[in-house]
Amino acid sequence: MMNRTDCASCIRATLAATVLLAATGAGPAAAESQGITEDTIKIGNIVPYSGSASAYGNIGEALKACFAMFNEKGGVHGRKIDFISLDDGYSPPKTVEQARRLVERDKVAAIVDVLGTPTNNAIHDYMNRKKIPQLFVISGAAKWGQPEKYPWTMGWQPTNSAEAHVYARYILDTLPEAKIGILYQNDDYGKEWLEEFRDGLGDRADALILAEEPYETSDPSVDSQIVKLAASGADVFVNISLSKFATQSIRKANEIGWKPLQFLNSVSASVGSILEPAGLERSTGIITAQYLKDATDPQFADDAERKEWEAWMDKYYPSGDKTNSFNVFAYAGCHTMMHVLQEAGENPTQESIMTAAGNMKDVAIPMLLPGVTITTGPDDFYPIETLQLVRFNGTFFEKYSDAIDVGKP
Amino acid sequence: MELLLQQIIAGLATGGIYACFALAVVMIYQAIDHFNFAQGEMAMFSTYVAWQLMAWGLSFWLAFGLTFVFSLVMGAFLYLVVLKPVQNASALSQIVAFIALMCIFNSLAGTIWDYSVKPFPSPFPETALFGALVTGHDLGMIAVTLIMLAGVFYFFKFSTLGLAMRAAAQNPESAQLCGVRVQMMTALGWALAAAIGSVAGMMVAYKVFLEPNMMYSIILYGFAAAIVGGLDSPAGAVAGGFLLGVVENLTGVYVPGGSELKLTFALLLIVVVLMFKPTGLFGHRVVKRV
Repeated sequence: MMNRTDCASCIRATLAATVLLAATGAGPAAAESQGITEDTIKIGNIVPYSGSASAYGNIGEALKACFAMFNEKGGVHGRKIDFISLDDGYSPPKTVEQARRLVERDKVAAIVDVLGTPTNNAIHDYMNRKKIPQLFVISGAAKWGQPEKYPWTMGWQPTNSAEAHVYARYILDTLPEAKIGILYQNDDYGKEWLEEFRDGLGDRADALILAEEPYETSDPSVDSQIVKLAASGADVFVNISLSKFATQSIRKANEIGWKPLQFLNSVSASVGSILEPAGLERSTGIITAQYLKDATDPQFADDAERKEWEAWMDKYYPSGDKTNSFNVFAYAGCHTMMHVLQEAGENPTQESIMTAAGNMKDVAIPMLLPGVTITTGPDDFYPIETLQLVRFNGTFFEKYSDAIDVGKP
Repeated sequence: MELLLQQIIAGLATGGIYACFALAVVMIYQAIDHFNFAQGEMAMFSTYVAWQLMAWGLSFWLAFGLTFVFSLVMGAFLYLVVLKPVQNASALSQIVAFIALMCIFNSLAGTIWDYSVKPFPSPFPETALFGALVTGHDLGMIAVTLIMLAGVFYFFKFSTLGLAMRAAAQNPESAQLCGVRVQMMTALGWALAAAIGSVAGMMVAYKVFLEPNMMYSIILYGFAAAIVGGLDSPAGAVAGGFLLGVVENLTGVYVPGGSELKLTFALLLIVVVLMFKPTGLFGHRVVKRV
């Protein structure tokens, strides 16, 4: 039933387009500035508000609150942002449906901050075929930065590859005699991560890596993998595990008295959802990489950007949780989008939006860590490529190294 | 040699998880002559109840006892309300009911307690033993499994109630004619299976952490262990669980590329066992009169 309605609407859309084309004789020009009127710019967004990934729905709420703030300040070049955020339940077919709705029915100028690798994957070709910007994809995969093949898509956060290279460079620089043990998830994510990490170590990889232990997401626990890694004699533990496996591995290592220097992939470096269940004391000393300011970190208590962020939370998103890092993430993402719209000119088009997005030079965005800026170019669609190492001290992550810029992955 | 020993001990520790759950699988199979696909989710739900009781300030063993009683009631209730109406329907209809129950419990737990990973306490000391290969919890869990096994074994072998229950499951009509109250027995079977499942859940939750999907993979291994050991043999199921844990670990070490194929080898073990001994290693041959 759904499909039939869908198809009916797509036929109608095609018909309408044909009629329009015949009437004006200038179809492409009209399509170029879709979603942009005298006083509004329509921006679409898709995040899971329902289903098992619904925690990420928070990002959509925070984006809405942030655009509301900009609208109150007068918008951009006299235009207000008309922000439409839809739910896909983290299901790729649903993402396609919602993206088509945004592009063909709501006629948005661009979509921003769609969450997830499989979900963005599902609309990657579609958005590029339609030539509607798919900006600041929320995913660490490297594929969102291929301007020659996909000129309408751009990532935002550092890629997994950038993170792996940051750890590798730090280890090469400061621990040349490291004996490394690696735990990784046996899927595309873990394997790509491992490959990039080995790549970062270069010809020292085989000499430094003592043991690599994969786990399946169907494994009940990773206890036996941790026992093997500890038995290998490794003194540096590169932990590329997700959700409960991260929690299990942290506790098991501690339980059996294995005390290596532990690098934990940043997706799992959440105090509330990963470290706390594993035990805060057991998690002390874990190192990870960050690019955003942690709102709970006392070192930023008097930071001007953080205070401004807090004032925004109080006024525009009072129901939001100030300890939730998604609210910082969305705030910085929305500021990046506003910067791009500002730079896209008095009369923006889809093209000028992409040109502006691909032409950022050391742009400072509020709530990025000191030393982290956004730089892109016509052939560099990776906005953030700088990370800082931080160490968990039992209550929060404190600075451990200066910002490390690994440039293009 | 030392590595071999290490891997066997570590394998037994993991096998304890499978054994614990395989016992619950055998229990329900004895009672209803079917697999219950909702078994894992029922155990998960009971474990959440225990977690909630402890969050309210109860001690571990008090929460353990109350959860055990809650699970007994829940098991009997599910049978009377959900499964009794479909018990004369085809096996397929019953399986659909089990799968529906599975989804319902999963969503219910997610809605009530959300999907975040929660730590679950252990009543046993946290000390590491045998060169840090096993922990106090591993040994405690294995001990609890063996105690449950002894209880189940005694129940089915020596108690009249156990005998009546076996009769009710294997041949309901004849049992009824002999004066066994079949529906009562089936309800009791459900109650006991749910309770044993809840113990398994409370034992493994410390190791795997509590979240609504924690049983997805364990139930797979639990079924596998029960099939390897023999579906009508509680001792076989427990042995099957330990065997699975050890075989899985050893292939990870001694077979090239084995650590990526652990699950494959575990499932291969089932196929091999079933080829040569279709009723499982410890199962009894069943003769059915046609």
